[in-house]
Amino acid sequence: MYAQMVTSEATQEDPQKLAAFQARIDAGEKIEPKDWMPEGYRKTLIRQIGQHAHSEIVGQLPEGNWITRAPTLERKAILLAKVQDEAGHGLYLYGAAETLGVSRDELTEMLLDGRMKYSSIFNYPTLTWADMGAVGWLVDGAAIMNQVPLQRTSYGPYSRAMIRICKEESFHQRQGYHIMMKMAQGTPAQKKMAQDALNRFWYPSLMMFGPSDKDSVHSAQSMKWKIKMNTNDELRQKFVDQTVPQAEYLGLTVPDETLRWNEEKGGYDFAEPDWSEFFDVIKGNGPCNTERLAARNKAWDDGAWVREGLIAHAEKRRAAKLAAE
Amino acid sequence: MKTEWPLWEVFIRGQHGLNHRHVGSLHAPDAEMAIKNARDVYTRRNEGVSIWVVEAAHISASSPSDKGPLYEPSESKVYRHPTFFDIPDEAGHM
Amino acid sequence: MTDRDALFEYLLRLGDNTLVLGHRVSEWCGHAPVLEEDIALANTALDLIGQTQMWLGLAGDVEGEGRSADDFAMLRDVWDFRNLLLVEQPNGDFGQTMMRQCLFDAFHFDLLSGLAGSTDDRIAAIAAKALKEVTYHVDRSSETVIGLGDGTEESHRRMQAALDLLWPYVGEMFMPDAVDTALHEAGIAPDLPALRASFDTRIDEILRQATLVRPDNAYAHSGGKTGVRHSEHLGHLLTQMQWLQRAYPGAAW
Repeated sequence: MYAQMVTSEATQEDPQKLAAFQARIDAGEKIEPKDWMPEGYRKTLIRQIGQHAHSEIVGQLPEGNWITRAPTLERKAILLAKVQDEAGHGLYLYGAAETLGVSRDELTEMLLDGRMKYSSIFNYPTLTWADMGAVGWLVDGAAIMNQVPLQRTSYGPYSRAMIRICKEESFHQRQGYHIMMKMAQGTPAQKKMAQDALNRFWYPSLMMFGPSDKDSVHSAQSMKWKIKMNTNDELRQKFVDQTVPQAEYLGLTVPDETLRWNEEKGGYDFAEPDWSEFFDVIKGNGPCNTERLAARNKAWDDGAWVREGLIAHAEKRRAAKLAAE
Repeated sequence: MKTEWPLWEVFIRGQHGLNHRHVGSLHAPDAEMAIKNARDVYTRRNEGVSIWVVEAAHISASSPSDKGPLYEPSESKVYRHPTFFDIPDEAGHM
Repeated sequence: MTDRDALFEYLLRLGDNTLVLGHRVSEWCGHAPVLEEDIALANTALDLIGQTQMWLGLAGDVEGEGRSADDFAMLRDVWDFRNLLLVEQPNGDFGQTMMRQCLFDAFHFDLLSGLAGSTDDRIAAIAAKALKEVTYHVDRSSETVIGLGDGTEESHRRMQAALDLLWPYVGEMFMPDAVDTALHEAGIAPDLPALRASFDTRIDEILRQATLVRPDNAYAHSGGKTGVRHSEHLGHLLTQMQWLQRAYPGAAW
């Protein structure tokens, strides 16, 4: 997901406090910034929310790649509004992380020097306009699977950020599917483009949920703390079950010959993605890792004089105001 | 040089005359830019008609450990709620 | 030149200005110095794209040949574009982008204020809507120019360089030709040269607060809004903007 493979931190604190904390979570109470919380809970959340925020920001790039080439003025406006929303979502999430005692600049620096990760999906290139459809439909569709349950997460600021994000994000997947519909009903070239986009984004979308974690100790701890709401496999299955009929409606073929409806489990059987590719991407060897990080670093470095200039002006103004009083 | 802009908390009053409500935070060099940034970040969907910003460092918050003494005493003041009083239907709407 | 031709030409100028500038500003998405600026720039670009749809849509109605705003945006070549040279200038650094924005916004605000009182109701209505958006644009861009001009040594130096670079493109905004004169006389558009005084007052105050020096150079490049001589930059912008429509003619998206 946007926060893949976040390992939870072990925690060594007063067992009584831990038990009381767990009881609050079990009772459905929200944990707020000034409340006592285990150090492991705090650290795991910083890592997870930070990674989620980074994914939104890096996630601007593959779609931003097509803003200046959108085919109509309306499509350009829609895409721009969507990518802008992603910047907003990054901002809300950084804000939630900041309540845990880390600054946005610290998180940003950890992204830029590679200490923190972002979702593997954004290391894939967007090559045709149909990719704008596929990203909205599949990538946002997969993200929503995870984000909707996270609205109920135990940490108050995170939960509130997710509520706002889910509300805003509801048009994102629909605009993507709308692009796919237009293309699937379009010229032979457009239809081919749509199929090609599905072929390239299907498995990377399945990878977004991360490898199976049903036996993972870290995931179990995170689920107990209600900062992870479902297992990766549950979400992946749900995503496939929802998406396959949508592909059929478009007249497109999911690139998986083993895909079959399984009456007994009431879901599809499907092929696992190539996990070695996933680990390559996570390690930095995806098709676009270098470009994505370079773009973020360039924006940050080129923007330094602007950030410095505006704060310097604000300080001068404040000093002048004080002097006048 | 450390130049992170201060953090501001943003409060917005919506269309229907309700109180300003906390919507989130953002960074800005000063109050004027914080209001502009709040307009751009938090009212993209026609959410508000009035914005307040306050530097996060200037907010004082109650302590969670005071939760008992601060809020529990009001739980027993049940007579403050209209449902405490049993008024016969014959008396009409009240 | 008939009245209709002049009106059509004038609407293309309005729509092409917002089209090209909106495109330029949208290039920043995902690359701005700080998230808040990234989001704000996208809002500006979205406003400008929306205004484009209205101006070019009206241009199509006036022309009466069934061309849509998208047809104008995607299927004309450089010489048919009627935008000012200022708005097609490349983004450069963030300071150059904000200086370009501030100079255009100051002009745009006065122009739209005049157009809001147009005798043509359709134009007055679009201008009134756009004016609300542009009132915020000029507020924000001037505040940013002041902040960066008065900020650090480096930000000051960069803003002065941006001003020096872009100043020769200011004059064209106020240079009337037969189209402007005809529309002014018909009560449809304001008198262009008369807008200059208000622009100068506003810009001088911004530059004063920004501690920037207005360039002596009074030379003004021209040829954008008449379409006679655009800069080389516009063609490259069009190769991106129009690529899909050109590569797959007639497809619906």
